[in-house]
Amino acid sequence: MSANLLAIFYLISGGLFILALRGLSSPETSRRGNLFGILGMIIAITVTFLSIGNFSIGFIYVLIFLLVGGSIGAFIAYKIPMTAMPELVAGFHSLVGLAAVFVAVSAFLNPQVFNLGSPGDIKLSSLIEMSIGAAIGAITFSGSIIAFLKLRGIMSGSPITFIGQHYINLLLGLSIIVLIFYLSKTQSDNIFWGIIAISFLLGFLLIIPIGGADMPVVISMLNSYSGWAAAGIGFTLENTALIITGALVGSSGAILSYIMCQGMNRSFFSVILGGFGATDENSKKDKNRKPVKSGNAEDAAFLMKNASSVIIVPGYGMAVAQAQHAVKEMADNLKKNGVKVSYAVHPVAGRMPGHMNVLLAEANVPYDEVFEQENINNDFASTDVAFVIGANDVTNPIAKTDPQSPIYGMPILDVEKSKSVLFVKRSLSPGYAGIDNELFYRDNTLMLFADAKKMTEEIVKNLD
Amino acid sequence: MEIDPFIFRLSIFILSIFVGYYVVWSVTPSLHTPLMSVTNAISSVIIVGAIIAGLSGDIKSIFDTSNIFGFLAIFLAAINIFGGFLVTQRMLQMYKKKKKNK
Repeated sequence: MSANLLAIFYLISGGLFILALRGLSSPETSRRGNLFGILGMIIAITVTFLSIGNFSIGFIYVLIFLLVGGSIGAFIAYKIPMTAMPELVAGFHSLVGLAAVFVAVSAFLNPQVFNLGSPGDIKLSSLIEMSIGAAIGAITFSGSIIAFLKLRGIMSGSPITFIGQHYINLLLGLSIIVLIFYLSKTQSDNIFWGIIAISFLLGFLLIIPIGGADMPVVISMLNSYSGWAAAGIGFTLENTALIITGALVGSSGAILSYIMCQGMNRSFFSVILGGFGATDENSKKDKNRKPVKSGNAEDAAFLMKNASSVIIVPGYGMAVAQAQHAVKEMADNLKKNGVKVSYAVHPVAGRMPGHMNVLLAEANVPYDEVFEQENINNDFASTDVAFVIGANDVTNPIAKTDPQSPIYGMPILDVEKSKSVLFVKRSLSPGYAGIDNELFYRDNTLMLFADAKKMTEEIVKNLD
Repeated sequence: MEIDPFIFRLSIFILSIFVGYYVVWSVTPSLHTPLMSVTNAISSVIIVGAIIAGLSGDIKSIFDTSNIFGFLAIFLAAINIFGGFLVTQRMLQMYKKKKKNK
């Protein structure tokens, strides 16, 4: 196959990847989009095999690794529970990162195969491109591993900070740049390994200070990194499909990070610098100021059964308790009683972008009952009951009233405007931001202290 | 005067960032999780580099270090490709319009 024809096929698969993302603009077209993506991948892999045309013993090994990896991937995809999606995505990011490092290493050791020169005499531009690809790949790998461990709960979600942290990171970042410069002068193996080692360390240090609830930003950011790493390798290998894909994924992750930061009204840098939520000093001063009203499932069922409209506000707590199916059952029951039910999802609810939507979809909630913040916020005022399950900071009215508060200016769901608020929560403990939610003490708020799933199931029993 | 091929690749790269920017803004927020899993899958097209590395050389050199790194990269990228596309498909199946039979 001629090089030109090959390049055209790679361009086609790049185009198909664009269509795959384009399909996600609505649930109706999304499945077809995904098929475009699969087709693009098949084309890219097939033409690569054909272009090499070496179907000897090496081919068999390649197929074995491809099929073993593929089977593991397929197995994971079918087994993984929807609640574990954030850690799955973090884990997948780490694999892309490591694969980028391995390809870069391979190209560095054996540049002839890729027409990049010979060992010790690699083309300057290729050398720089492959070291950038390897460095970003390594950062993505170790950063994603930390994100995975935090999301999985193997590592504590609380930020790990120490003095001079950011200076060390800055120093490491600068030393990578300096080493790439020296690598281009000397072509030394050791410097190349050094760049990769420092990048692994940097990825690790970048993510440890970032706390659990900032994970939506971290995951999006690592998504973006994995794209830039792929693009770096794409430049090295002079492969259009990889360059297009890298740019798409890189900008996609960057946009998601931006949307997540907007949802929290925090700058990207303050999230990346981390340490948020490490102190809970300001939560203590307001303690025991007012009694809260607490109720049981019976009260909640009564209140909702007699309402004409209910808005359900899910949050991370619903995911932890795996309460989405119970919530759906409750909603069905209410609908049978003639109550209008809708769902309000805050952009940063959960641990990754769109987390709540996937869980609700899994529980068979029709997606046209689930609304984004801007489309439903005005409806709270005319709603009888807001049922808050596992969300906290995103409903805190202090974000609008107290400029001193760490969450001041964050766009919140106007839960407090509804006639009554049911708040399912394990205890009165403050949310992630470490601040008290004044909504707990309002007269029209009824606290339901229990595990989200158990409480919802109780309510369902009482509705019958 | 010849234009360096690098400039062509850079042009493709920059234009793709623009395409990505507009395409991703049009993604509905309720599909942000599938967006992440599918971008994961497509970025594993890096496997083409791994295949080239793995297939290089003859029988004697099939277990050279650079080939082995190629095989390992194929393994990792394959997990991602199959896992990423299939889990995306599984999620998107759940977004099917429900027939209202009540």
